[in-house]
Amino acid sequence: MAVTQDRPTATPLDVARIRADFPILGRTTPDGLPLVYLDSAATSQKPNQVIDAEADFYRHHNANAHRGLYLLAEEATDLYEGARAKLARFVGAPQPETIIFTRGTTESTNLVAHAWARRFLEEGDEILLTDMEHHSNIVPWQLAVRDTGATLRYLPITDDGLLDLSVLDQHLTDRTKLVAVTGMSNSLGTLPPLKQLIDAAHAVGALVLVDGAQLVPHVPVDVTELDADFLTISGHKMLGPTASGGLYGKLEHLEAMDAFLGGGHMIDEVFHDRSTWNAVPFKFEAGTMNIAQEVGLGAAIDYLEALGMDAVRQHEIEITTYAIERLLEAGATVYGPHDATVRGGAVSFWYKDVHPHDLATILNEEGVAIRAGHHCNQLVMRRYAVPATARASFYVYNTADEVDALIDALAKAEGVFGF
Amino acid sequence: MALDEIYKEVILDHYKSPRNKREMADAPLTCSKNNPLCGDEITVYVNAEAGKVLEVSFVGQGCSISQASASMMTESVSGKTVEEVERLATEVRTMLAGDLEPDEDVFGELVALKGVVKYPVRVKCAVLAWDVLQEALASDGAAAGSSPH
Repeated sequence: MAVTQDRPTATPLDVARIRADFPILGRTTPDGLPLVYLDSAATSQKPNQVIDAEADFYRHHNANAHRGLYLLAEEATDLYEGARAKLARFVGAPQPETIIFTRGTTESTNLVAHAWARRFLEEGDEILLTDMEHHSNIVPWQLAVRDTGATLRYLPITDDGLLDLSVLDQHLTDRTKLVAVTGMSNSLGTLPPLKQLIDAAHAVGALVLVDGAQLVPHVPVDVTELDADFLTISGHKMLGPTASGGLYGKLEHLEAMDAFLGGGHMIDEVFHDRSTWNAVPFKFEAGTMNIAQEVGLGAAIDYLEALGMDAVRQHEIEITTYAIERLLEAGATVYGPHDATVRGGAVSFWYKDVHPHDLATILNEEGVAIRAGHHCNQLVMRRYAVPATARASFYVYNTADEVDALIDALAKAEGVFGF
Repeated sequence: MALDEIYKEVILDHYKSPRNKREMADAPLTCSKNNPLCGDEITVYVNAEAGKVLEVSFVGQGCSISQASASMMTESVSGKTVEEVERLATEVRTMLAGDLEPDEDVFGELVALKGVVKYPVRVKCAVLAWDVLQEALASDGAAAGSSPH
C-alpha cells in the first residue's frame, strides 16, 4: 500500500539544494571527516530560514505577545498568531484557535492528561495505549489514572512490528474513554492505521489522541480528514526550534476541558477566591510563551510546504528502502516492518555481536551520528528481548551516500571487535 | 588512535571472557541497578565479613564498557577491606572524571578504563558496577565494619 498512491506525483526533492540551507551539515569532525547526521528522529537540523526567522524576531520585532499597545507588541503578536495559523493549516485544522502552542509533544500530552483526563475520567474508565508508545505517551496517562481510578490497557504488537489488530475488539470496549496512539513509532518506524483506529474508537464513544512527534514532520497529515480528537506536534523534529510545537484539539473538547497551567493571560477575570478563563486557545497558554520559537516553527512550515509534504514522504520512502536493504545485506537485524511504504524513516537495528553503545561510539569516530539506547521505548525493547538498539533515522537532507557511509562504518566496528 | 585506548585489549578481553560472572545464591549482600539512559543492567553479589570483602560476582547485560568494568571490578576488590574498596571506588570515579592519573600498582587492569574519559556520556557505563557494589556494601552496616555492640 503506497501512502501517496492517490496523490499527484510529487516533485522529487533536490537534496543537494536542501543541504545548502543547513549550515551544520557542512561542518566536519575533529578528525576532518564530514558529518553524517542520522538522528533526526531525536531532533532535526535547522535550515538558515528557521535560524534567521528566530534571529530576525529578536533583532527587529521582540516584545511580549498579546500584552503591549505599541508597534513592537503588535508585530510580535502578529508573527506569533501568524505561526499559529500556519501550523493549523499544515495539519488540516479547521481554525487557528484549535491549535495551542506548547513546548512540544510531551507538554501537549501532559496538557490533555491534566485538563481532559483528570476532569472527565473516573473509576471503571479505561485508556487504551499500545505497546509501541514512547514513554511520553505512557507516563502522563499513568499519572492521570493514579489520580482518577481509571485503568490503562495496551494493544500488543506483532513480531513484524505492527499493531495486533486481531485483538482490537477485546481491548477497545465501551469502557474505553480515550485511545492514545502514536502516528509513527520512533523505534520501529511503524505507521499504525490511524483512520481505522479512530473510526473504531469513535464507534465505542472513545476519543483519540494521536502522538504526532514522528508523524507530522514526515507524512502529510489532515486532522479533519482523520477526525482525530487531539494531535500532539513537535516543532524541533520538523526543522523548527527546540521548545516549539503544539496541540491540536477539536474545539468542543478544548472548550469543555479544564485549564492546565495557571498564570498570566490564561484568565479572563481574577477574584480573591476564583478566576474565569480566557477563550481557547489562550486558556491553555499561561505566562510568556515561547514566542520566537513558534515564529521559527512558522518558518519551518513554510520550508516544508515549499518542498511539498508528498515529496518529503516520497524521499523518506526511498532512503528508508535503501537503508533497510543495505543493513540487511550487511548482516544487521532490522526491527519493525521492512516495507518502507508502511513505515517511517526511524530504523532500529542490531549489528552482529556489537552492543549498540559500542557501535554508536565506533560510528562516531567515523563521523556518523546515530542513536543507541532504548529510545524511550522500553516496552518495545522488552517485546523484542533486547536491552537497546542502534537507530539511524532520516530526513529531507539525508542522501544515499550517507547510508553508504553508515554501512562502511559498520565494517569498521567489525575490525574493532576482531570478527 | 583514540579507539585503541578505549577498546584496549584488556577491555575486550574482560567483555568477551568476563571474570566472576555468575550468581552467588547464598551471597549475604546483593544489589541491582540499571542505567536508564541505555539499558545496561548489573547485579552484584558480595560475600563480606567483618569489614572484609571476601568474594564478589556479577551478572548483567550491556555494552563492552559496562560489562568489562564490572568484570575488572570483581577481580580488583576481592580480598580488600571495605574501607579499601570504598577508597578505590572513589579513585576510579575520580579517574573517570579525568581528575586523577591512576597509579598502576593500585589500579592494575582498571587503568584500561581511563580512555573512557574521552567519552563523557559513557562514563556512566563504566561506573555502574561500582555504584551497585557500593550500594550493596552500604546496605549492611556489619560488613562495613561498624561494631554491633
